[in-house]
Amino acid sequence: MTERPEDLARKGWMSLLAKAPPARLAALLPDLPETALLRPAEVGSVMVRGRVGGTGAPFNLGEMTVTRCSLRLACGAVGHAYVQGRDKDHARRAAVVDALMQTPEAARIEAQVLHPLRLEAETTRTTRAAKAAATKVEFFTMVRGEDQ
Amino acid sequence: MYVAVKGGERAIDNAHAWLAEERRGDPSVTELTLPQIREQLKLAVNRVMAEGSLYDPDLAALAIKQARGDLIEAIFLIRAYRTTLPRLGASQPVETAAMAVDRRVSATFKDLPGGQVLGPTFDYTHRLLDFKLAAEGELPVAPLAPASPETVPHVTGLLDRDGLIEAAPREETPPPDLTREPLELPANRPLRLQAITRGDEGFILSLAYSTQRGYGRTHAFVGELRIGRVPVEMDIPELGFAIEIGEVELTECETVNQFKGSKTEPPQFTRGYGLTFGQTERKAIAMSLVDRALRWQELGEDFTGAPAQDEEFVLSHCDNIQATGFLEHIKLPHYVDFQSELELVRRLRAEAMQIQEAAE
Repeated sequence: MTERPEDLARKGWMSLLAKAPPARLAALLPDLPETALLRPAEVGSVMVRGRVGGTGAPFNLGEMTVTRCSLRLACGAVGHAYVQGRDKDHARRAAVVDALMQTPEAARIEAQVLHPLRLEAETTRTTRAAKAAATKVEFFTMVRGEDQ
Repeated sequence: MYVAVKGGERAIDNAHAWLAEERRGDPSVTELTLPQIREQLKLAVNRVMAEGSLYDPDLAALAIKQARGDLIEAIFLIRAYRTTLPRLGASQPVETAAMAVDRRVSATFKDLPGGQVLGPTFDYTHRLLDFKLAAEGELPVAPLAPASPETVPHVTGLLDRDGLIEAAPREETPPPDLTREPLELPANRPLRLQAITRGDEGFILSLAYSTQRGYGRTHAFVGELRIGRVPVEMDIPELGFAIEIGEVELTECETVNQFKGSKTEPPQFTRGYGLTFGQTERKAIAMSLVDRALRWQELGEDFTGAPAQDEEFVLSHCDNIQATGFLEHIKLPHYVDFQSELELVRRLRAEAMQIQEAAE
């Protein structure tokens, strides 16, 4: 699939929302506008694939739970969401954010919701990376006695 | 033939009520919460997700609580639940080379780009019981160190550059799916890997161990073992592009195996591959050894009759839900079957005695 720049931006926020902790998203966007549900929140599974040898042919690794939702705001903007887990509120809220990001509200939503989520995800990632870095080792091969 | 029985409803209800009471245990002890299981029994949760073949830590925690810690029973619950979910699609294959690694070690190379990262491992612990854990209240803190933002390349990629190891060229053939079509033999490697990654850890471990002891020996080294998180991307039809739909923790193991070459291949190292949900490294290592042992035909090696080389044996017996279902069903009422066996034995005995009496 070809990706246009506006698709890339949308891919960015939808991906962020998919992985956001549901309670945190709800805290950042407590009130939801009136919406018409195009596809009510639905829990399902996605088959996660890996590759043989990490780089070769695809194989089915196992499924993960995913919840999706599509809705329309009063202004006509349509929002979609696919989020990890089984939290329907999470999917509805993510779809609302996706829709609002296509309206003049985008700047406010970016500052109020997406920016903090992005920062927090980055902090989680870098903290974990820093803990891993602290366990980096240097192994030395020793000369054994009988070789001397 | 199984003939159904009926009756016993009250006894069954009462047995289940007692099960619920036993599950709760001594009521003066605080009840276990799902977040406690998810956070503090994470490796049990990981095993249930890997063999239940469904990545959802909260569901796995619930299954463990409901199953009273019987992990195979918990896996059974997850497998049953997953059949109720509509399949929304399949992800793009995850890019393990771009994994945010918690742990990454190589037994074959001491110095490698990205370094050896131990992560939260049991390795190098003394395996002495830590009685401090019997007391509550400690809040351990992991030290931090500056991390490099670069991704950690695969070790096999380094050997691949010199042609010293067989390549695993990129390919896009849609893989067969065990959960959609029944297992058919011979299986290709993608189907084998799907069966093994959801297979029983104990069974795969023992098979892998058997290859190390000489039953289908493959001289495996752990070229690389890595544990960490990867995003999962899926094409979204209504959008026309792919988005990340979540993130999963994976364990990946690649073995580097001796190979003296064949008619078509020069001497080079060969590979076994293991990939599992969660931090499940015993399983991932065992999987890579069994994967390699099953490749004897493709690599022109001899079939020595070893169980780990026998695809039908491995794939037909690795699933602990199939195994326990068939094993445990023999404890359920078989009165009619047994009645017919009883009559048969009585008749044969009567005949045998008549012959004996006639001879005397």
